[in-house]
Amino acid sequence: MKRLLILGAGTGGTIMANKMRKQLSHDEWDITIVDQHKTHYYQPGFLFIPFGMYSRQDVVKPKNSFLPMGVNLIFQEIDRVEAANNHVVLKDGISLKYDFLIIATGTRVVPEETPGMKGPLWHRSIFDFYTIEGAMALAGFFKTWQGGELVLNIADVPIKCPVAPLEFVMFADAFFVERGLRNKVNISYTTPMSGAFTKPRASKMLGSLLEEKNIKIIPDFYLERIDNDKKTLVSYDEREIPFDCLVTVPVHKGDPMIGRSGLGDEMDFARAHKHTLQSDFFPNIFVIGDAGNFPTSKAGSVVHFQADVLTANLICAIESRPFTESFDGHSNCYIETGFGKGALIDFNYDTEPLPGSFPFPGIGPFGLLKETRTNHYGKLLFRWIYWHILLKGKEMPIDSKMTMAGKRM
Amino acid sequence: MAQKVFAGVTVDINEEGYFTNPAQWNKEMAVEIAKEEGILLTEKHLAVLDFLRERFAKGEALTIRSVGNSGIIDIKGFYGLFPGAPMKKAAKVAGIPKPASCV
Repeated sequence: MKRLLILGAGTGGTIMANKMRKQLSHDEWDITIVDQHKTHYYQPGFLFIPFGMYSRQDVVKPKNSFLPMGVNLIFQEIDRVEAANNHVVLKDGISLKYDFLIIATGTRVVPEETPGMKGPLWHRSIFDFYTIEGAMALAGFFKTWQGGELVLNIADVPIKCPVAPLEFVMFADAFFVERGLRNKVNISYTTPMSGAFTKPRASKMLGSLLEEKNIKIIPDFYLERIDNDKKTLVSYDEREIPFDCLVTVPVHKGDPMIGRSGLGDEMDFARAHKHTLQSDFFPNIFVIGDAGNFPTSKAGSVVHFQADVLTANLICAIESRPFTESFDGHSNCYIETGFGKGALIDFNYDTEPLPGSFPFPGIGPFGLLKETRTNHYGKLLFRWIYWHILLKGKEMPIDSKMTMAGKRM
Repeated sequence: MAQKVFAGVTVDINEEGYFTNPAQWNKEMAVEIAKEEGILLTEKHLAVLDFLRERFAKGEALTIRSVGNSGIIDIKGFYGLFPGAPMKKAAKVAGIPKPASCV
């Protein structure tokens, strides 16, 4: 019996378990997946929680309900990969052998990386919305907040879902307008990048949207520490920004297990080839999604597109054939812009987000790089697609490779 | 594509002044580019430039934090060497493209 071992039962691991179980014979291949947590979170939904649009029950389901028959599921913390010996050691000392390994352990926020962040103000005046706990705490805070300086800060890049902080401030604008408090709330967007987004045309479009909504962008702000007494953010070049409510996107890192196993970079993201998804260190190890050091968005859409490539390439590796598929960095993100509208961007390693229509050229129904109501409904509909189609590895009418059809230069 | 002369050699640069071909770069050029940015190059600067060029050659992301974790200098010190926007300035002096600060 040969063994495929998958580390992490989040979006990437779950999709791969579903896809590979269909590909590999039950008589020859054992598939095992390991995760320390029993709950699967619909992470795109965290954004909606602070504004009371979603509650906890809208974003959680048990992990085991998304895995197919014939996949062993182990709930246990992973201690390390001993790649030279082709086995993984779990926290309880159990050792799992593998022929092929998929690393899908995602990324996590590490507020401890920034001095003063997890101090006395944590979850009192300083909140994150990238965890269920942070999103729930902020929802509670917003219920009674009477206004002041609302500052969103991105501590460093890369982060999960790079558009989520933009969506957050636009939702906040709409939320406080609807509550009649907008004139008492100043909203600012502080980022270590030079603008609202990384790619020039999207940055311009999103930058003007923020301006229209009277949200101040403070670029090139690289956070060093938080002063809890003065309630200020302090940058490395000693600029200070006062806040009454700080919504932080803390420094992101990969799973520490990757560092312990010697498979990652200094942020514990697993080093892997950006096109083949194969580990830089061992040919029988592959990486998918947020866990990798791929220079594309850390986002569910990327994982979904990578899964098609990884399935094909893993089969090639198993059969000792050259790789047939190459991941192009394809990413596709709905961007909520508030008041029932949304935008959509579609891009890859080489092509920045462009205007046009998606997925059908000239027809849509979604508009690229512009605000429409349909885009907003696309995002809401996506939650259903995620639970019922995407996680189960079923076909979607979107190609894993980005296409120029429907885009305008 | 624009061109510019550094240390007596014509090199290709983009509209923002970043090298488009890192192979054309040498240390004498770095001294001149740094001077344009108001920086007097020291050994410490050069160690950082080498680190960035190596990482770039391997196709790895260039971030301020990665410099801070390099063992060469901490982040505060990096700001001291290249004031204002350290990664952008250092990339320019190192003769590599402007970091995309990836997505």
